[in-house]
Amino acid sequence: MTTIAARVVPVPVRLGGGRHMVERNFMLYRRSWVVFLSGFFEPVFYLLSIGVGVAHLVGAFTLPDGTKIAYAAFVAPAMLASSAMNGAIFDSTYNIFFRMKYAKLYDSILATPLRPWDVATGEVTWALLRGAIYSAMFVVVMLIMGLISSWWALLALPASVLIGFAFAGAGMALTTFMRSWQDFEFVQLAIMPMFLFSATFYPVETYPVVIRQLVEITPLYQGVVLERAFSTGNVGWFLLVHALYLAAMGTFGMYVASRRLGKLLLK
Amino acid sequence: MAVAVENGRRMFDYWLTVYKRTWKGTLITSFLLPLLYLAAMGIGLGSFVDSNGTGALGGVSYLQFIAPGLLASTALQIAVGEATYPVMSGLKWQKFFHSMIATPLRAADVVYGQLGFIAFRVLSSCTVFLVVIALFGGLRSPLGVLGLPVALLVGLAVAAPIAAYATTLENDSGFAIVFRFGVVPAFLFSGAFFPVSQLPDWIEWLAYVSPLWHAVDLSRNLSLGSVNPLLALVNVVYLLAWFLVGTRLAVRGFTRKLVG
Repeated sequence: MTTIAARVVPVPVRLGGGRHMVERNFMLYRRSWVVFLSGFFEPVFYLLSIGVGVAHLVGAFTLPDGTKIAYAAFVAPAMLASSAMNGAIFDSTYNIFFRMKYAKLYDSILATPLRPWDVATGEVTWALLRGAIYSAMFVVVMLIMGLISSWWALLALPASVLIGFAFAGAGMALTTFMRSWQDFEFVQLAIMPMFLFSATFYPVETYPVVIRQLVEITPLYQGVVLERAFSTGNVGWFLLVHALYLAAMGTFGMYVASRRLGKLLLK
Repeated sequence: MAVAVENGRRMFDYWLTVYKRTWKGTLITSFLLPLLYLAAMGIGLGSFVDSNGTGALGGVSYLQFIAPGLLASTALQIAVGEATYPVMSGLKWQKFFHSMIATPLRAADVVYGQLGFIAFRVLSSCTVFLVVIALFGGLRSPLGVLGLPVALLVGLAVAAPIAAYATTLENDSGFAIVFRFGVVPAFLFSGAFFPVSQLPDWIEWLAYVSPLWHAVDLSRNLSLGSVNPLLALVNVVYLLAWFLVGTRLAVRGFTRKLVG
């Protein structure tokens, strides 16, 4: 049953050998579906806590351009973007590092006809499928809570897959440079400040200009802008720049990752 | 008793030696992250809360409201971190606990040593955090310094039962559940960021069951200088109960796992 299910998972045909990686991960997770499902709850908890609890304290929220928005509606798209980032990073750093260094999974996979590029595309596709499921569930929660005010929100899901792609590619590339678990502290060092300061909990205009510019070049900020634009319906051509940034980051990451995997494992 | 203390001290000494080599890896998660939360929530978001009026918080600034809560939450997160993966590593992956009880140390000593080290980790991180909170003006009353023993108490209150739980697991996926359905909701809904009275009734009652709520409440009341002695006693007794029962369970679990 699961074997059949694994084979009908919509994996791009062009992915080639990568689909076997996806199938492998799918088979693995059917045993720990509780863990799989639990990944969905974290952003929902944040949304309920900050968006509902703290929203009482913040009251009516006025954006710097004068529009009024419910605080929960302001935070929710940022939580969607952050959870896409977190999920992709977790899958592409800790999981990959463990498989590479301890489980020696890729050594055995590369002994088959699969190549490093298949491993890279397969793992990233898996991370994206997983992230897309969480994001879809989250968008439904936003809809139920009345936090979506535009049909553009249909694009929130592809946008979160794009965010996932950017971080999965970059995460995987960085993982190939990691020496030990201690190096993952640097991942935290990059992720947590982005989560807290990328216009997630309050507008970027709150900052002094220098910090503001610093925030504006971070990848999570690009994602937050996209998601917030789609969920509020405040869209424009400028969004293409943010989308291109994320697409470039993911593509470059994947390229580096597959080059490095080949170097590390096919000596 | 004296033997337990002496053996526990030797175990603690082991962890200290390990920590001397690994402390750099803990700098970011245990020192920097709480500060970032304090800055993002207390100061960034705080400016919006304060400008909206702080009546719901009893008139104190948002920074002063959340600082004691963040202190207790930090203690919880450090304690849970040290009671999960390191315990599983000692029991299952690296099995260093097995070599320890091949010496005169007993399973109980291994538990005491582990808890002693957790106490050390919580105290050292929270002391630094408390100093920074004070410098930011996050403490209202000098009594807020007592948030430190409260942090220690909540750290031990959660570390002991979780270490006991760790002995029952076959692999680490159980920890994902602990973090996602225990640590994260406790962090978000134990009154650290907003009064729990704003929650729907049934979640509010869940918050009262959480040890973290008791620590947040006590630590905040100390800092704001509004301690109700009876309630404070309830907080302390409740946390102590978690600690004592948890330690009992942990000793039993370690004994079962290590001695058979």
